[in-house]
Amino acid sequence: MGYFLIRRTVGFVLTLLAVSVVVFAVMNVLPGDPALTILGLDATEDALDALREQLGLNQPLLTRYFLWIWNAVQGDFGISHSFRVPVSTLIGERLPMTISLAVAGMFFTLIIALTLGIGAAARHRKFGDWGVMLISQLGIAIPAFWLSILLVMLFAVKLRWLPPGGFAGWSDPVAAMRSLILPTISLALVQSAVLARVTRSSALEVMRQDFVRTARASGLSRRRVLWRHVLPNALVPIVTIVGMQFAALVTGTIVIENVFYLPGLGRLIFQSIANRDLPTVQALVMLFAAIVVTANFIVDLLYVVIDPRLKARA
Amino acid sequence: MNRRLPTNLVIGAVLVALVVGVAALSLVWTPHDPTLMNIRGKFADPSEAHWLGTDQLGRDVVSQLMAAARNSMTVALVAVLLGGSIGVALGLFASAVGGWVEDGVMRLADLGFAFPALLFAIMLAAVFGPSLSNAVLAIAFINIPIFARVTRGSANQIWTLDYVSASRAAGMNKFVISRDHILPNIAAAIIVQATIEFAVAILAEAALSYLGLGAQPPASSWGRMLSEAQTLMYLAPQLAIYPGLCIITAVLGFGLLGDGLRDISDPRLSRQR
Amino acid sequence: MLELTDYSVNFSAGAALRQANLTIKPGDRLGIVGESGSGKTMLALSLMGMAPDGATLSGALCVDGIDMTQRNEIEWQNIRARRVAMIFQEPMAALNPLRRVGDTVMEPMRVHEGLSHDQAQARALSLFEEVGIPDPAARLRQFPHELSGGQRQRVLIALALACNPALLIADEPTTALDANVAVLITDLLVRLSQERQMALVFITHDIAAVARATQDIVVMYGGDMVEYGPTAEVLKTPHHPYTKGLLDALPDPSRTTHDANGKRRRLPTIPGTVPQLQDLPQGCRFAGRCPVEVPQCAAQKPATQSFAVNRSSACHLNEGAKR
Repeated sequence: MGYFLIRRTVGFVLTLLAVSVVVFAVMNVLPGDPALTILGLDATEDALDALREQLGLNQPLLTRYFLWIWNAVQGDFGISHSFRVPVSTLIGERLPMTISLAVAGMFFTLIIALTLGIGAAARHRKFGDWGVMLISQLGIAIPAFWLSILLVMLFAVKLRWLPPGGFAGWSDPVAAMRSLILPTISLALVQSAVLARVTRSSALEVMRQDFVRTARASGLSRRRVLWRHVLPNALVPIVTIVGMQFAALVTGTIVIENVFYLPGLGRLIFQSIANRDLPTVQALVMLFAAIVVTANFIVDLLYVVIDPRLKARA
Repeated sequence: MNRRLPTNLVIGAVLVALVVGVAALSLVWTPHDPTLMNIRGKFADPSEAHWLGTDQLGRDVVSQLMAAARNSMTVALVAVLLGGSIGVALGLFASAVGGWVEDGVMRLADLGFAFPALLFAIMLAAVFGPSLSNAVLAIAFINIPIFARVTRGSANQIWTLDYVSASRAAGMNKFVISRDHILPNIAAAIIVQATIEFAVAILAEAALSYLGLGAQPPASSWGRMLSEAQTLMYLAPQLAIYPGLCIITAVLGFGLLGDGLRDISDPRLSRQR
Repeated sequence: MLELTDYSVNFSAGAALRQANLTIKPGDRLGIVGESGSGKTMLALSLMGMAPDGATLSGALCVDGIDMTQRNEIEWQNIRARRVAMIFQEPMAALNPLRRVGDTVMEPMRVHEGLSHDQAQARALSLFEEVGIPDPAARLRQFPHELSGGQRQRVLIALALACNPALLIADEPTTALDANVAVLITDLLVRLSQERQMALVFITHDIAAVARATQDIVVMYGGDMVEYGPTAEVLKTPHHPYTKGLLDALPDPSRTTHDANGKRRRLPTIPGTVPQLQDLPQGCRFAGRCPVEVPQCAAQKPATQSFAVNRSSACHLNEGAKR
């Protein structure tokens, strides 16, 4: 168990380092002068020199990389060129929005996907099963941003129940929640399409196993067998997909924030691109990639919690 | 022996034929020039001349959708071909050499899974400015690890077969065996994966273009049409409908086609589903 | 306590069980033997109300005098575990791998009898002792993968006994076990049946185990009950050609391995295999493989002939021997 933990943790840290190398390389090694990118073609030579000095561009590449990592570990991502405040401050301001969106999105994704997936498996080859499969097939093909637009047209433009976008801050919690309903639904619906299919096929696989028959022979109700015996055993592949879906969830959050004009990290990253604010973009890309890698790490650890057989082997 | 084709294959093939056909047709003919503006004829209702009406700049919607289909297909084709061939080459190489090289290559490929296409496109856009070719590169990039994994997995199975062992015993070069014996045998798996990734690429291109990281004006793109239509939701909601339907048709088509191809190429898998 | 009258299980492909008649009284120990595909597992599942989806049931299946044939899943849930319980062939796969075996055994007690955790645990502990699991308190907290095959089968028996059923169905309980463990499990089932006055239906293709464990025997072939009677009598003087074939196919240690001419004796076998459901002959199911077949066999289902109160067989050739 201890050996397993250490090996996985080392692997996790190495992956994070490798990811940081990729991010740094793409943002710094590829041809192009960051100072010129930031200031534009009409900048004076003096201004360019000053910026290069500030960004530390005159130092060797390796030094710059280690400096970036060293500072980042301590929470210092440099100064945002466009906002003229530390990038960490910007991230701190916008992180709550992105986290709430992602967590709420994942929460509803799990509820919808597990209910539909298990429900479909329980009605295998019947009407309900086909319905779920059809909906999820469509759900996989629908772009999240288009679904968002459709929802806005229906609930904001036509019915006027919910705001079409924007966010007035957390000071009015009810208004804040109302602004987040449509984004969360859009995020969850699209994500749950894939997960519902995985849940269904995984549950069908488990339902063929002998212990399910044993549970039925013990006089347990179908519902109890499904949720207490089938679902936990179906979870391993589901958790794998949930881990992989974190990449999609991160992407989805970035897209959804831009569809609904929500002031989160995804919106910030696009403002930074428009402002040619390279340090901010670099920090945010690294952050998002780190979230994906961390999610996969947590999934690895979760397997052991779910399956006692792995504990013995680990 | 049941010779009937699976339903998903048939539906998928029909949808794909429709989308590809329209895209091909747009090369030689569209009802109007998709970029031709006509401010006085903006927001026109569907008519004989403009089957689906015109947009906020008086451009013909049908012509734009057709041109966008062509762009979408091109992006997906280039991205999947590019990323796919690099991935397949890596996978074959890893499988042929084996040992720590194989582990290293696959670890490297796994790294690619940490970067969704959007993050990669964001980096490229930040450094070089947004463009369609950056979008293509980003989508191609995420295809590399996917194909590398599928290729290695399938190739490793073929390497264990008797006639491959025989070729090795006969002193044939590993890379020649990879090309002459392994590749033809795993082609089906790769084609299935490519079809599915084609659907993913269409979806990714639409999202990137919607966010402004893909097709730039005046090029037509379903994603960009949607981002323009979003600002006009109160004026002309219909403009936000057509491009979305096109995306679904294309993505659903390639997705179903891929599923169907997998069903007929590997009956073992289909029975489980 | 359990009675089958002309009970049949039909699928679109054909009948998996044809007009079975059977009475089980408390304390009875009944063996059911036959090859794979003979319908014995279908019979066992039917007794639990667990016939597969798509099966059409006819005739009567009475539990405690109540016909359960057309009852729904909910009504069966009250019968299972409390009146009729079952253990299965593969002890490796029959336990939920993610649960401690104690929790698995306690679940039906808590669901059916509303026992508290502590009450259920106390009963599980005494059940583990009863079925001969060493160090039961520690075993309760273990996962299936930590137990040996024989211990898992004992856990499954404890699970089946959780709510004191009146009938225990054991579907090939020893097939997946080592021979010496199989004997122990067989003896355990007999002992439990005697001590608890619990009826036991012992399904197997192991004739030796049936001889050891049961008082009565049903021989099944192709979904038909071809012969019934006291175990010792049937094994000594079989009436049905299929039973004869089955017994001849057993290695007999008292027989010499070489015949008078010094040639090595071959173990007799029944030619062919049990046909698929849809390929079974309409008349006697054994037609086509039977060594003493007469023309009417393939077309006409032989009636069940009684030879004594508790002895019967279904074969056209026996009809003349009717008493």
